[in-house]
Amino acid sequence: MGMSHVVDRRLNGKNKSAVNRNRFLRRYRKHIKKAVSEAVHNRSITDMEQGEQVSIPSEDIHEPVFHHGAGGNREMVHPGNKEFVTGDRLPKPDGGSGGGSGEGQASDQGEGMDEFVFQITQEEFLDFLFDDLELPFLVRKKLKSADSYQYVHAGFTTDGTPAKLNVVRSLRKAYARRISLAGKRKRRIRELEDRIAALEAQPDSEDPAFSKERQIEDFQAELDELRRQVKRIPWIDEIDLRYRQHRREPKPSTSAVMFCLMDVSGSMTQVHKDIAKRFFILLYLFLQKNYKRIEVVFIRHHTAAKEVDEEEFFYSRETGGTIVSSALKLMHRIIEERYPSDDWNIYAAQASDGDNWNDDSPICRRLLEEKILPMVQYYSYVEITPHEHQALWEEYETVQANFPDRFAMQQLSDASEIYPVFRKLFEPKTA
Amino acid sequence: MTQPISSGSDWSFELIEEYDREIARIAADFGLDTYPNQIEVISAEQMMDAYSSVGMPVGYHHWSFGKQFMATQKGYRRGQMGLAYEIVINSNPCIAYLMEENTMMMQALVIAHASYGHNSFFKNNYLFRSWTDASSIIDYLMFARNYVAECEERYGVEEVEAILDSCHALMNQGVDRYKRPAPISAEEERRRQKEREEYRQEQVNDLWRTIPDMGGDDDPESQKRRFPAEPQENLLYFIEKNAPLLETWQRELVRIVRKIAQYFYPQRQTQVMNEGWASFWHYTIVHRMYEEGLVDDGFMLEFLQNHTAVIYQPPFDSPYYSGLNPYTLGFNIYMDLKRMCENPTEEDQAWFPDIAGSDWQQTLDFAMRNFKDESFILQYLSPKVIRDLKLFAIADEEGDDAYEIKAIHDDRGYRRVREKLARQYNLSYKDPNIQVWNVNTRGDRSLLLRHTRVDGIPMADDDTQEVLRHVHRLWGFDVVLESVDNGEVKERYRMPPEGGSHNNAA
Repeated sequence: MGMSHVVDRRLNGKNKSAVNRNRFLRRYRKHIKKAVSEAVHNRSITDMEQGEQVSIPSEDIHEPVFHHGAGGNREMVHPGNKEFVTGDRLPKPDGGSGGGSGEGQASDQGEGMDEFVFQITQEEFLDFLFDDLELPFLVRKKLKSADSYQYVHAGFTTDGTPAKLNVVRSLRKAYARRISLAGKRKRRIRELEDRIAALEAQPDSEDPAFSKERQIEDFQAELDELRRQVKRIPWIDEIDLRYRQHRREPKPSTSAVMFCLMDVSGSMTQVHKDIAKRFFILLYLFLQKNYKRIEVVFIRHHTAAKEVDEEEFFYSRETGGTIVSSALKLMHRIIEERYPSDDWNIYAAQASDGDNWNDDSPICRRLLEEKILPMVQYYSYVEITPHEHQALWEEYETVQANFPDRFAMQQLSDASEIYPVFRKLFEPKTA
Repeated sequence: MTQPISSGSDWSFELIEEYDREIARIAADFGLDTYPNQIEVISAEQMMDAYSSVGMPVGYHHWSFGKQFMATQKGYRRGQMGLAYEIVINSNPCIAYLMEENTMMMQALVIAHASYGHNSFFKNNYLFRSWTDASSIIDYLMFARNYVAECEERYGVEEVEAILDSCHALMNQGVDRYKRPAPISAEEERRRQKEREEYRQEQVNDLWRTIPDMGGDDDPESQKRRFPAEPQENLLYFIEKNAPLLETWQRELVRIVRKIAQYFYPQRQTQVMNEGWASFWHYTIVHRMYEEGLVDDGFMLEFLQNHTAVIYQPPFDSPYYSGLNPYTLGFNIYMDLKRMCENPTEEDQAWFPDIAGSDWQQTLDFAMRNFKDESFILQYLSPKVIRDLKLFAIADEEGDDAYEIKAIHDDRGYRRVREKLARQYNLSYKDPNIQVWNVNTRGDRSLLLRHTRVDGIPMADDDTQEVLRHVHRLWGFDVVLESVDNGEVKERYRMPPEGGSHNNAA
């Protein structure tokens, strides 16, 4: 019999299943993309911080093997008989065809309703979302990575690296400990010293049992012991040490406001709006990486514009014509009232199917060129339509020619074409 | 009286070693013969990893293991499921995993159960001795993992995954039940794999040479000659050797899955015996420790609570019932064997004259070594255990509108219950009996499989069609499965389905 060998394996190979998990995610990409897409539909554009629950029909991940089906003759043994006696007959629940108490029944059927449910992480969620948007690798990395973090002071802890030792606090703790441990003894020491001094000043007693010398000796012994004890109290002890603690926080410049403008006239379908939503999400994710505080303003318009909440923005429908300039005017007013451009970095994303009153499009151009663009960091426009462009597009093309740095536009027929609009944003900034 | 080794629930490496020392001494006292032990302490996360690679300490990568992992993880996080106490690997040294969350009592229980119970079973049961080679399995799994990874790099993950999917579907049909393969080491395996690469393709080509043989092939005898000459039960082996279109690396993958299926085959056939044996020994060893004063009352109380939970058998009408608990059945049989040896009754004298009053250690040792579940139950299930578990046999016959109770725990019923229960553990009764019947070597190269029905039990339609899809992927030409009852074809499955195209090569 050999000796047993006991090994601590806890520290190695923690994520052994990560590869297999990724294989699984890869294989069921389609299902997961669908779930992500539904999640995007149901979530707020500012709520991209969590993973998502995905469910796949068990049937789709079923691994088939050869096994028996219902039918034939079986005789099975079970435990826990209560009142059965040999020869008892028990009617079959479904009247006798097929069925059976046979084993394997449970796994036989495809079990249509069963779902395999699992959780994907936020990172995986974004991965699938970006995949959908066909974002280049570098951009994905930028949106997900935590490189724009800074460390901020977050109190003190009792352990840390020597480099983070806070001397003042540690010494203060040590001092407090020394006082609490030594205080009583020191008081007694002072008392003893006084007594000895007093005794020495007195004349010696007659009785040898109370001789001055012996009393001083006794006091001196106690005094020495106390001094030894006090000396043994460490000047600084490990429990006194205090270290600075830091927490990682995003390192944003300051505040940004994001305007979402969308045409909600009858011609914009839910599909259009869902594409638009992805477009807004992407802008939001970008801003989140770069600003500490982000406010989002939703402006929807048909012939008139209105500031609304997100729910109403994406999911209520209107009919009627379209006057885009109404939204631009409203945006301009809101900026002037609430977001002075000295304090706010202003971004805007506009989505529309390109419909506009012809007379209105030149007005839009002028509004943008004269009033809005001078105040904003970046203005992006997507036109979600498979059709010919109309006047608005042409006017906007002029705007783009005049403001190539802060105005971008793109025609989309599905979400994967979004990226070019943002290309400017993700370009490395050269000072 | 001795001092207890420890009190309280905290464990340390020193304590584990100390408990192990005492358990080893007691196990040796009882005559347990084991491989050296390697006891590894792991975290719950790692236990889930171990779970999902079906107990292989080193596994190749595959999505199905990822699925298993995610299911385990979900169940564990939601608290729906505790993790098993232990996983133990049939290897030399015998590797057992202990979870760090366990109490000291649990660690000791697991050591007794896995490192001495299962370990001695692996080392001595005849099926394990003849079908697995404990000293080479880790090496082989390493070889397999590296080989699969290499193929993925060369041929792409999806290509490799497709072949592995198909092989996994046939894993239960990838076993030689009667021949014993010679165990070989990984190094030897690598060397042979190179050789195989060179020769195997030639042999396959030989079988499929397309130039007609000029010399008198009109001979009707040779036309009728069947291939294979005898029906073959190991589908994976047959495919590995004979599939016309597989590339060499694909054949090697088939072989890897087949080897692993073979390695796990004895475990499938000895669940009751193996779990029963390990439970019997954790129970017996811990009681001895208590008698010696090595563990205290608190330890014992916690131990008994856990032991009772492990061997709990819900009755058939309980919502928790999911078949016979192999721990319960096995534990009860071994305990009853010991009882018959020590305190035989008249009934025992009549039923088990050779066992009643014999030396219990020898009797149990013999039972552990020389049986598999089916024969073990047939040999040793006593009337007392049948009564204790209140076993009954119930028949479900086609065309009958009622189930019938055929036997219960009484004099008339013991033998029938025993016989029927034993048969339930016969794998060839549990798994459909499917054999390679014939290959059309001269015509369309189609592969004919035959399912021989037992008691008229048919195949499950959906999955059969799905599995045939996999067989077809490996074989490369049409595949037909005939389900036969008493020589009469009852059902015929085709891939591609009737009317589909031929020569739909991969």
